[in-house]
Amino acid sequence: MIEGILIGLTTALTFQNILMVMVGCFFGTIIGMLPGLGPMTAIALMIPITYGFDPATGLILMAGVYYGAVFGGSTSSILLNAPGVPGTVATSFDGYPMAQQGKAGKALAIAAWSSFAGGTLSAIYLLFMAPSLSKVSLSFRSPDYFALMILGLTAIAAFSSKGQFLKAMMMVVLGLMLASVGQDSLSDITRFTFNNMNLTDGISFVLVVMATFAMSEALTIILKRNDPTSAAKQVSLTELGSIKINKEERTKMYKTIPRSSVIGFLIGVLPGAGATIASFLAYGMERNVVSDEEKEKFGKGSVNGLSAPETANNAACSGSFVPMLTLGIPGSGTTAVMLGALLGFGVQPGPRLYMTNPEIFWSIIMSMYIGMVILLILNLPLIPYIARILAVPKNYLIPLILFFSVTGIYVMSFNNFDIYLMIGIAVVATFLRLYDFPMPPLILAFVLGGLMEENLRRSLLLSNGSWEFLWDRTLTACILATTILIVVWHIYKTFMKKN
Amino acid sequence: MNINTTKIISLLFFIFSAFYLYTAYQIQVFAFDENAPFNARTFPIYLGYAGLFFSGLKLILPDPNTIKVDHKNLEYKKTGILILIAIIYGATILKVGYFLTTSLFLFASYYFLGERRWILMFLLSFPFVAAFMYLLHGILDIYLRDPFLQSIGVMG
Repeated sequence: MIEGILIGLTTALTFQNILMVMVGCFFGTIIGMLPGLGPMTAIALMIPITYGFDPATGLILMAGVYYGAVFGGSTSSILLNAPGVPGTVATSFDGYPMAQQGKAGKALAIAAWSSFAGGTLSAIYLLFMAPSLSKVSLSFRSPDYFALMILGLTAIAAFSSKGQFLKAMMMVVLGLMLASVGQDSLSDITRFTFNNMNLTDGISFVLVVMATFAMSEALTIILKRNDPTSAAKQVSLTELGSIKINKEERTKMYKTIPRSSVIGFLIGVLPGAGATIASFLAYGMERNVVSDEEKEKFGKGSVNGLSAPETANNAACSGSFVPMLTLGIPGSGTTAVMLGALLGFGVQPGPRLYMTNPEIFWSIIMSMYIGMVILLILNLPLIPYIARILAVPKNYLIPLILFFSVTGIYVMSFNNFDIYLMIGIAVVATFLRLYDFPMPPLILAFVLGGLMEENLRRSLLLSNGSWEFLWDRTLTACILATTILIVVWHIYKTFMKKN
Repeated sequence: MNINTTKIISLLFFIFSAFYLYTAYQIQVFAFDENAPFNARTFPIYLGYAGLFFSGLKLILPDPNTIKVDHKNLEYKKTGILILIAIIYGATILKVGYFLTTSLFLFASYYFLGERRWILMFLLSFPFVAAFMYLLHGILDIYLRDPFLQSIGVMG
C-alpha cells in the first residue's frame, strides 16, 4: 500500500494535476452555488475539456469539480437558505439561522472545516478500504455482478425518486433501452438502428449526459423562468462577519466530526444513497446524541447541527468512489458520469483497476485529499469574490451552458446527427423533468446497460439458460433478495397511500 | 382512474415499450444462435417487458403525488426559439465551420433571451469562441474542422 500511496502522490502532485484540482474546485464551487445546477451538470460540462488529458488527470479534474460543487452548495445554503445541491439541504437547517444572527463568516468556517475534516477522514477510510475491497471483489462472479447492478439501479431509483419510485424505475428501463442501441458487443448484430449508420456504434454516453443534464437544465431554467444567478447576486452583498471559531465550538466539532464522517462514508458506499441521505442521517443522529441543552439549539444555529451534515456529505462523496473504483459499479449519479468518462478513456474500473492502472487508482485517492486542502485554502477567504463572479446574468449563463454542451458533442463526433439527437433527448428530458421524472437513474442505467447485458449473458450461458444462477450462490441470492424487498416495499407504499 | 399528464406519459411509455419489444423480437440473429440461451435479442426482450411492467403499474396504481404544472407560467416562446437556434446551429456547423456558427449561435441566443448590451454580447461570442478554440485546438490538441477559417487562411 505504501508503494501505491507513493505512486498516487507522484501522479497527483505534478504541477498539471494540482492545477486541475484547483480549477476543478474553483469551477465546481461556482456551479454548486447556483441552485439547480448540481455536480452532475458541472462534471458533464467538463468532459470536453478532459479529452486532451490522460485518464488520471481527467478524473482528478472531475473529482475536484465534485467536491467544489458540494462545498459551493453549502455556501448558498448558509447564506441564502437556497441549497445549491440536494446534499446540502440539511446544512441550511442551522447554517442559515447562524448567518441571520450575523455569524455568516463563522458558519462558513465551521462548514469549511467540517467538510475538510469529513473529506480527509473518509479519504483515509477509502485508502484502507478500497484495496481490501478490491481483493474481495475479485471473488465476485458474473451472477453476483448482475445482481449487484440490479440492486444499484433499484437503490438509486428508490433513493432519488422522492416517493416516485415507479417513475424512477421507468427512467432506469429507458436508460437501459438507450444503452441497447447499436452493435451487440459479442455478435456485432446491430439493434434499434433503423438502418441509420450514425447509430451503429450506439448512442454516446457524453451525448446522453449533456442532453439530460446540461442542456435540459438550461432549457428548464428558461422554461420555468428561474434565475439561478439571482440568489448568487445577494451573496456578495451579505455581511460575513468573523470567520474565527472559538474553543467551545471547536470542542463540539471534535466530537461531531468523527461520528458523522463514519456515517457519511458508509452511506456513500451504498449504491444510490449518496450525500443527501448521509447528511440527513448525520443531522438526525447528532440531534439524538447531544445533550438536552444542545438539542434545544438545533434549528436555531447549532454548531453540531451545522457540522454534522457538512462532515457527512463530504465523507459520502469519497464513499461513493468505493463501489466505482473497486467494483466498477457507480454508487451515485455523479460517479456514474465519472465512470462513463473513464470508459471513454478506455479504462475499465473494477477490481483489476487496482492492479492494471495503479496510478489512476491511487492518484484519485490522493487528489481527494489535495482537493480538500485546496478547497479550504481557496474557498474560505475567497467566497465573497467567487460570489461576485456568479452575478453573471441568466441571459449569458444559459447560452454558455448550451455552447459547452454542443461543443462537447461536436468535438467528439464531428457530425450534426449527434447534435440533433442531443437536442431531441434534451427536449424529452426537459418535459419529463417538469413532471418529476428523475434523471440520475437514467444515467446510471445507461452506463451500466452494456455491463449488465454482458454479465447476464455469461451467467445464462454458464448455467445453460437456467435462471438458477440467481440463487445458486448465497451472495447472489442475498443481493437479489434485498432488491426484491426494495421493489415490493415501494410498490406496497404506493398502494397503501391510496387506502 | 384519475387521468393526469403523468398517466399520459406512462401510457406513452407503455406504447413505446410495446414498440421496443416488437422491434426486439425482429432483431435478426445468426441461425446457430437462434436457440442459444442468450443471443442479441434476449436482453432487449427482457427490457421491453420491464418497460411494460413498470409503466403498466404506474398506469394502474394511484398517483399519490400528482404533479401540477401551470402551463401559463411557462416560457414556451423563448425555449422554442433557443431550440430552433440550436437546430440551425447543428445544420450549419459542418458547412460553415465551428468559429462562425458558434459565435453567431451565442450572439443570437443572447439576443433572443433579451440581452441588448451589444459590446458585451460581442465580447462573449466572437473573442470568447476564438479563445476557447485556441484552448481546444492550440493547447489541448483537439482537432476542430473549420472551412470558414481555412478559406480565409487562418487555419491550416
